[in-house]
Amino acid sequence: MTFARTDRSLTAQWWWTVDRWSILAILALVCFGSLLVMAASPAVAERIGTDGLHFVRRYFAVLPVALALMFSISLLSPRAVRLLALAGFSLALVALAYTLIGGVEIKGARRWIDLPGLSLQPSEFVKPCFAVVTAWLFAQNRVRPEFPGKWIAIILYGIVVGLLIRQPDLGMTAVVSAVWFTQFFLAGLSLIWVVLLLIAAVGGLAGAYLLLPHVASRIDRFIDPASGDSYQVDRSMDAFMNGGLWGKGPGEGTVKLFLPDAHADFVFAVAGEELGLIVCLIIVALFAFVVLRGFSRLLQEHNLFVVLAATGLFVQFGLQAIVNMASSLHLMPTKGMTLPFISYGGSSMLALGLGMGMALALTRRRFGDADA
Amino acid sequence: MSKTVPRDENPCRPRHFRPGPCGPAPQEGPAKHSLEMSHTRLIITGALLGLAFLVIGARLVEVAGFKAGDGRQVRAVPVGRIEASRADIVDRNGALLATTLAAPSLYANPKQMLDPRDAAHKLVGVLPDLSEGEVYAKLASDKSFVWLKRQLTPRQMAAVNRLGIPGFEFQDEEKRIYPQGNAFAHVVGFAGIDNKGQAGIERGFDDVLRGRKQPLELAVDLRVQAILRDEIVKQMTQFRAAGGSGIIMNVNTGEVLALVSLPDFDPNDPGASPAGNLFNRVTLGTYEIGSVFKIFTTAMALDAHVTSMTGGYDASHPIQIDRFTIHDDHAQNRWLSVPEIFMYSSNIGAAKMALDVGGDRQREFLGRLGLLKAPSFELPEIAAPLLPSVWRPINTMTIGFGHGISVSPLQIASAVGAVVNGGRLYRATLLKSPKDQPATATQVLSAGTSVELRKLLRLVVEKGTGKMAEAPGYLVGGKTGTAEKVSGKGYNTKSLISSFAGVFPINDPRFFVMISIDEPHGDKASFGYATGGWVAAPGVSRTVSRMASLVGIQPVDENSPEIRRSLLVTLPGPAGRKLASN
Repeated sequence: MTFARTDRSLTAQWWWTVDRWSILAILALVCFGSLLVMAASPAVAERIGTDGLHFVRRYFAVLPVALALMFSISLLSPRAVRLLALAGFSLALVALAYTLIGGVEIKGARRWIDLPGLSLQPSEFVKPCFAVVTAWLFAQNRVRPEFPGKWIAIILYGIVVGLLIRQPDLGMTAVVSAVWFTQFFLAGLSLIWVVLLLIAAVGGLAGAYLLLPHVASRIDRFIDPASGDSYQVDRSMDAFMNGGLWGKGPGEGTVKLFLPDAHADFVFAVAGEELGLIVCLIIVALFAFVVLRGFSRLLQEHNLFVVLAATGLFVQFGLQAIVNMASSLHLMPTKGMTLPFISYGGSSMLALGLGMGMALALTRRRFGDADA
Repeated sequence: MSKTVPRDENPCRPRHFRPGPCGPAPQEGPAKHSLEMSHTRLIITGALLGLAFLVIGARLVEVAGFKAGDGRQVRAVPVGRIEASRADIVDRNGALLATTLAAPSLYANPKQMLDPRDAAHKLVGVLPDLSEGEVYAKLASDKSFVWLKRQLTPRQMAAVNRLGIPGFEFQDEEKRIYPQGNAFAHVVGFAGIDNKGQAGIERGFDDVLRGRKQPLELAVDLRVQAILRDEIVKQMTQFRAAGGSGIIMNVNTGEVLALVSLPDFDPNDPGASPAGNLFNRVTLGTYEIGSVFKIFTTAMALDAHVTSMTGGYDASHPIQIDRFTIHDDHAQNRWLSVPEIFMYSSNIGAAKMALDVGGDRQREFLGRLGLLKAPSFELPEIAAPLLPSVWRPINTMTIGFGHGISVSPLQIASAVGAVVNGGRLYRATLLKSPKDQPATATQVLSAGTSVELRKLLRLVVEKGTGKMAEAPGYLVGGKTGTAEKVSGKGYNTKSLISSFAGVFPINDPRFFVMISIDEPHGDKASFGYATGGWVAAPGVSRTVSRMASLVGIQPVDENSPEIRRSLLVTLPGPAGRKLASN
């Protein structure tokens, strides 16, 4: 693809200003995702009694939509991103509230809304939109101190977290909290508050441990594998050992026959067994590259809103990858979280397209402050 | 985190000079301060995330690169082949009698069947014993799991896979294989489809076989078993018999070298034979064995010193007792010495001898020989002997010549072994005895009596009813037995059990060989006779000749002076002369 630098069309401008290396990295992740969903999901689909290619078909139905979403959103200006996020946040928040009334209950949690043809998980869309909205509130508060952005952000955070806990969806709560906290931190939260909030986070975790039995059991099993069923993570570790340096080859693994979420939460274990250590390290490097390269571009950025919003989106992306991979590697208690662009998951994929589209839009080179 | 700006990304940069920043003018005051702070804190956040990615990378290398990574035991994820879970069974020389092979079972997931009719047709093409109609009904059902055929061979599995029909799946299973087929049917028995022992050693040693890896060594010898079975089959065919049985035992250890019961069955497919074929005549069958019992009566009388090798009884008239008459089959109608009674198999003499010893001592003696209770043996198919409920003098007399008591051939083997081996009773066993650990025995009669019985047994083969058991060079000694089978309330004179219980070499006994033929029919060659001497003895003779070299026994010259002297029996008076002229 070539564009003359003098070409002032929208696409040409986009091509010269967008971070093409990050796009390349994301596309590489998508390739690995396609490979792994084809390798891992037929076994899972057969086990739950549906057609073997069920998940593969849905993955490839959602993928073009998500990529199209990402590319079209990356064309937007920061101002348009902000408006999009605000609209998206309002919609998603309403949908999130609706899950408590009309949601579909799966495995004891109400997270899904059934629409004809697909079911959506509103919390996935709340995540990126909320990060952008929060960033704008904090930034406004800095630029115009009379604007009570900070307080609005705190109130919105309370509402979102309240709804998430009611579902309950603790993993999502943790990610939203971490992102929100990072943004607050970047926006100039005083160190006293940093310490206090960290203590609160630890308190929240302890509270969850004491009040919620399934959280307690997961943490117990992590600390002492003998205390309960550590079947999933044991199989996952076996998979990495089995795979060795070069893996057994795509489709040749066996861990997917034993793990219930081989195509989603434990897709990294399938990667370890079938593609091997080298490819796994490449996947880790790709995630790190996207996050850190995004950060490095933000260091050149003068618009506080852009810095905060993009940081929130990148942290969310990176954190999700870290939690997923660390769970598979028995570095932390297992927590159901998708591996961005690699795990199967319709809502998650669309929300990632949305989120990374916004992140790419925000990290484009801009000249003249279009959005003061 | 590089701080260099990628060079060509600034479209408003003229080609000739580097401009100043063309973004907004740097902010001043609090805005600038907060931007700087956000940049600093962005670096901290980035460093933390980068560290997390590094930890994950390191952990990956640890787990996948160094397998002992977690201090956890590495478990192999099962792939294909599973280890056999049941030990092999081998004979005393290591020949395989039973083993376990992978036998995948075929099932289908009808929900995945694209075209059940076509699939059923093709499957029956490679597995012709299935019925196409049944297979179609299964494949067209709305279940998600149906068994199609259990325990396929690898060849069949390959054929099914070659059809390439989605929805056919295999379950790893194991199958017990008996390479020797019918030959060891009653020894090894068989295991069911779930690999649980159903008969024979497979059942008796079910737990042992499940719990071990190394093969279970039996005492039996494949070659000797084959010989014995072959000879019994020949005799059964010749005399159109209903059945036959045989046992060969090492009299100095109790090890059973061969155990045959016919008709038998193929343990690979026991259901294909009539249920009666599963019956083990050697261990589960008890028979009124007839004159073979005179071995015990004579040994008992000699051991109790109620008579001697030179003593004798009047056998000129049948005995009348109650409503029975005891008479001789080979009647000499005169006084007979003990060796003559034995040699001619005189019922009258044996009855009188038993009566002389008395019922109590007889019971005690037979009990010592293990004939009055079920023997302990490795097979679960074991019968207890049938004994008279009240032991009257008439019972003592009939038992003296082997009627009115039913014992199994297995019991006879141990008991005769003890009579000839110097008086030591060994427990019969199917397990190979360890070389360094001699089997334990109990002394049940004196060594002297044992020597005398050897001479008498040799006499039967040399000059008496068992001549056809002679195997030149191997010094067979033995005793014939012909019993009428109990049918209803009385005896059936037409249906016999004809046996020969032999021992060789009789001057230094090593092996007990017994053959019984069930319901033989006399033919022209046997002049219509169907007695043990005609029907069973020739089988023993050939068995001994064929097996002797396999078990390491050298033929000897029967007429050498030492051997003649060691087995010499003095037959008194005119009878002796008469016999000599025979």
